Amino acid sequence: MPQPPPAPARAETREALDVNQLTVAYGRSVRALHEVSLRVPAGGIVALLGANGAGKSTLLRAVSGTLPLHQGAVVSGSVGFGSADLTGRSAAQVVAAGVVQVPEGRRVFAELSVEDNLRAGRLGLVRRGRAEARATLDEVYALFPVLAERRRQTAGLMSGGEQQMLAMGRALMARPRLLLLDEPTLGLAPLMVERISETVQEIRRRGTGVLLVEQNAALALELADHAYVLEVGAVRLSGPAAELAASDEVRRLYLGEQGDEPGTEDVPASVPALGRWQR
Amino acid sequence: MTTLVQTLFNGLALGSVYALISLGFTLVHKASDAVNFAHGSLLLLGGYLVAVLHTSLGFPGALVVAAAATALAAVTVGQLLRAARAQGAAVPTILTIGVDILLFTELARRIGTDVLNLGDPWGARVASFAGVTVAQARVASLVAAVLLVAAFLAAFRWTRWGLAMRVNASDREAAALMGARGERLRASAWALAGLLAAVAAVFLTAFPTPGLDRTTGQVALKAFPAAVVGGLGSVGGALVGSLLVGLAEAFSAGYQDQLSPLGSGLSDVAPYLVMVLVLIARPQGLLGAKESSRV
Ligand SMILES: Nc1ncnc2c1ncn2[C@@H]1O[C@H](COP(=O)(O)OP(=O)(O)OP(=O)(O)O)[C@@H](O)[C@H]1O
Ligand SMILES: [Mg+2]
Repeated sequence: MPQPPPAPARAETREALDVNQLTVAYGRSVRALHEVSLRVPAGGIVALLGANGAGKSTLLRAVSGTLPLHQGAVVSGSVGFGSADLTGRSAAQVVAAGVVQVPEGRRVFAELSVEDNLRAGRLGLVRRGRAEARATLDEVYALFPVLAERRRQTAGLMSGGEQQMLAMGRALMARPRLLLLDEPTLGLAPLMVERISETVQEIRRRGTGVLLVEQNAALALELADHAYVLEVGAVRLSGPAAELAASDEVRRLYLGEQGDEPGTEDVPASVPALGRWQR
Repeated sequence: MTTLVQTLFNGLALGSVYALISLGFTLVHKASDAVNFAHGSLLLLGGYLVAVLHTSLGFPGALVVAAAATALAAVTVGQLLRAARAQGAAVPTILTIGVDILLFTELARRIGTDVLNLGDPWGARVASFAGVTVAQARVASLVAAVLLVAAFLAAFRWTRWGLAMRVNASDREAAALMGARGERLRASAWALAGLLAAVAAVFLTAFPTPGLDRTTGQVALKAFPAAVVGGLGSVGGALVGSLLVGLAEAFSAGYQDQLSPLGSGLSDVAPYLVMVLVLIARPQGLLGAKESSRV
């Protein structure tokens, strides 16, 4: 009997991220999220939009288990990934469950070499094989050839775009099944934005889901299947990305288009306009 | 010429012992963002345990048990600091002063005015070659320190643990996002600091020093300028600073007669003199990065 071809390693588990009625507070009083529910289907791309301070990073921290580093905590609600309950888990446990976050502002280990940064991406894995580490490193280098060229260079000396690639490559070293990206295109030149957006698509093609936080709403809505708009800690809008991109409200608030009639200008003063909507 | 070689050797031997102390000091500083003023008392604890245990366990056994116990005590101090960390930057450091006083008082009460022998195998033997005479204990301390520091540096550079330590010191949140276990890493830094302090205690009290007394822990205060000279928080800096301080102390002792116009006891203040001079010229220390304090 002929053997079936081995299934690709990454396609075997199909887990969705389920954020359910999540309320998060910093310290005793600052409530940053209020009963937020959100779903990232297995292998899908979901965009999370919102103005500065809306709570986007807070949501990612709640998933990745890094709220305690900011004196924050989940007050109520839950975070699940497939059958695993991630609510209140440590960052290491979340990584081990297959969910890895790329932090806002890249946060590469500046004094370490590019390759040491990438090796650090595997620190959270319990099961560690040398062969798999080598293969994953080669995959990441294939995805970002510039990292291979600079493997011995000090990470802090690279350009912003290169650091973003390094931060993403580092996260991919753990072979996550869901990647959380916090404003990956922030401050990057158009060409580099294009490059990052292609990479996000490639990551999805390889079976990894992406929760994409972006201020560049046009880009995010183009990449995503589904999108949520956060406003002062609550979900204000959600729906298929194409629908949201076509809706008047999103076009006006987040894509920088004015309403047809000047008289219908009913944008609440509390909603700040977003910069950098152009691609 | 022989004085020069002898002094140089003494300085290196002394510096290598300081290196064991300041290395632990630096690791703890990186891991807990605190200046550990209890380091001297932990060192005294290690030495005291060797002194009381060596008659029953033999010197090697006593050293192993004392090093393990001091490591455990250090981890406990680290855990105490954990609770205080949320209270602001200075609180953990002040807490270590409290721990230092408690631990020192108890040990001083037990030691009293005695000078304790640690039962080390080198005794008062000397080795001489080419007209230079040195204490065997100092040769041993140099060899042991070089081996320990080399082993540490190799682990720091090449192992998974070392990588985790480096990334955790570089950016704690990003390290956590990679799955580095911050709590365990912090504990391992404190454990290593305790272990190295116990080993240092043995060599600090070996010949030609008469033995361990209640003031032995104060020697750790010299490793403090060593760490600061190198640049607090830099492992390489701690090592360079230790050698510098050891050499300065040995030279001011070895050439005491020539230096007598400056007054006696110069060797006692030499480490601090070096620290002040270096910091005036280079406030961040020899190898330290200009570090804005990270919270
Ligand atoms: N460590 C903290 N302590 C107290 N409040 C905080 C903390 N971090 C964030 N906040 C508050 O929580 C709210 C949400 O912040 P968050 O960083 O999640 O917003 P964001 O949507 O990611 O914004 P940006 O687009 O600027 O990154 C803000 O009001 C912010 O001031
Ligand atoms: Mg943010």
